[in-house]
Amino acid sequence: MKRLELILSRLLWLVPTLIGLGVITFAISHVIPTDPVAILAGENATAEQIAALRTQLGFDRPLPVQLLAYFQDLLRGDMGVSLFSQQPIAEELATRLPATLELTFAAVLLASVLGIPLGVVSALRRNSAIDHALRIVTVSGLAIPSFWLAIQLQYLFAMQIGVAPLNGRIDGFGPEPVTGLMLLDSLLQWDWESFWGALRHIALPAITLALPAAATIARFTRAGVLEVVTSNYVLYERAMGLPGALVTWKYVLRNALISTVTQIGLIFGVLLSGAVVVEAVFDWPGLGAFAVISIIQSDHRAVMGFTLWAGAIFVIVNLIVDVLHTLIDPRSTR
Amino acid sequence: MSGLLLEVDRLTLGFRTERGLARILDGASLRIAPGEVMGLVGESGCGKTTLARAILGVLPAGGAQVDGGRISFRGRDLLREDPATLARDLRGRAITFIPQDPFSSFNPVFTIGEQLMDLMKWKSPRRQGEGRWPTLLQPYPRARRKADREAVLEMLAAVQLPNPAAILQKYPHEVSGGQRQRLMIAMALLPEPDLVIADEPTTALDVTIQAQILGVIRRLATERRVAVLLTTHDLGSAWEICDAVTVMYAGQDVESAPIDRFFAAPAHPYTTRLLESLPREGADVAGIPGEVPSPLAQPPGCRFYPRCDRATEACRATRPEETLLAEGHRLRCYHPRLPA
Repeated sequence: MKRLELILSRLLWLVPTLIGLGVITFAISHVIPTDPVAILAGENATAEQIAALRTQLGFDRPLPVQLLAYFQDLLRGDMGVSLFSQQPIAEELATRLPATLELTFAAVLLASVLGIPLGVVSALRRNSAIDHALRIVTVSGLAIPSFWLAIQLQYLFAMQIGVAPLNGRIDGFGPEPVTGLMLLDSLLQWDWESFWGALRHIALPAITLALPAAATIARFTRAGVLEVVTSNYVLYERAMGLPGALVTWKYVLRNALISTVTQIGLIFGVLLSGAVVVEAVFDWPGLGAFAVISIIQSDHRAVMGFTLWAGAIFVIVNLIVDVLHTLIDPRSTR
Repeated sequence: MSGLLLEVDRLTLGFRTERGLARILDGASLRIAPGEVMGLVGESGCGKTTLARAILGVLPAGGAQVDGGRISFRGRDLLREDPATLARDLRGRAITFIPQDPFSSFNPVFTIGEQLMDLMKWKSPRRQGEGRWPTLLQPYPRARRKADREAVLEMLAAVQLPNPAAILQKYPHEVSGGQRQRLMIAMALLPEPDLVIADEPTTALDVTIQAQILGVIRRLATERRVAVLLTTHDLGSAWEICDAVTVMYAGQDVESAPIDRFFAAPAHPYTTRLLESLPREGADVAGIPGEVPSPLAQPPGCRFYPRCDRATEACRATRPEETLLAEGHRLRCYHPRLPA
């Protein structure tokens, strides 16, 4: 029951969170000294033409009025139209959402599968050669800018070795969309060719995003394990001669993961913002690539739309993480 | 081999610290006969927990350094045999453990039932060679699981836990401290061991619960003919349940005797001062002047001499050899208080 309460209260909190996010994004986009109307009107437009266009778009109204009007539209599910493509922003984002979700989920999964065991081994062999090597790798994993890593991976694996495609999400049409997640859809339809194609395409962007995330996860897992192995219950389990693998991978790991899981929720937010750059480099048709185009064009409405979606995803992912947290740690619900 | 179950013979070990080697145990000896409840008595920091951990094989890895001595259990050398073999064959089977703090000694994120059944899966007396599976894939044969579960429920009733089946569903934080310690006793006895190491098992509990827990340990030890090593700083606890007592001071054993003789005819000056320090009716509590020496700078000879009113040059120079005063009454002192 406590769990249901948690979920409902978090969903309620989503409303003020998004309002706050909307106000902040709106304010920021109007502080930036670029004028989307001037860009839209083109280089040869006269001052009168620009003023007329501004009135037509409603950008001459006071800012609070514009903001209220924007929120009114939002309630109807209308995020406005893109200034440049004249397409409804909500629709554009909805079609791009699955690509980003698929990429970030793949990256989180990969980062966890890499980071958690590395963290455990690093903690158990503390100050050994393995631990030092892992520390160097994790620090550099955090320090390398993702666009640089992306380009290196493209150069090595796509251009030199040729095992992965340079960019894009799939060759041809891909599987029949059900969830919009191509890996999942192709699996559901036993379409192995599409699955393999989607996997080859997602590999490089997912690795780019996952490496720094794996480094963070490894560090948190290591710290968690180091704390847990000195606990009285681990001393007890060892004194009672329980097998080492059981103690490490069951009893220690579950306790150590309590803090790691919370961290994974936060990493998801980092990945969403990282996806903006990585999607642009790999020409991945997701929210991030859309955000980059919109920012370059000073398309405020589109940028706000992206921010609100990203904010909502972040809140929901962290809600999922909190529910996972209660599953791992029974003390947190009672 | 005499008929001893456990013999700790002049065990010397220390911990490496930044300020040098802290010698926690210096020639500490201890003998336990089968089925005997032995109290290991001493002040906090005298090394009794370290001695218990040395027997259990859970000294801090990397930090502890054994410089001499021997721990033999039924003829097996616990310090020199392969730790993995000992962990598999002996620990949790022939030698089990009741920890000091039942609050923190349960794993907080698994149910009590899961932890008990994991223990039984690996340490049940009904377990026989079940093939060489990788640990995490080891199956738990259904018939044995059923028998083990019945043994668990029976044991929980024997330690007087109400509603055993319901307790198995709970998480450790959902039961009281006294119940947790009863669970710990149950877990220590379920593998049908020969020796239970109980390290200050009542220190973390309410006073009202302490006597009950000691009673349960004593009753089950007698019924099941299990030897117990009970470390305690409380002579009252020792008096209540022990068959014999070994007194430790600053990492060395000073005197050991059967319980009646220990309280009737204590011979070591430290022991007599310890007994005098017990609160009693109509008398002032007498402390022992001076302080326990730091393990970083231990005096040579008898470690008690700086605080001893009978100390002579001999006490300063060399540690007294063990002398046998009576059946089972061993002493290390040049100037014992002997009954007139």
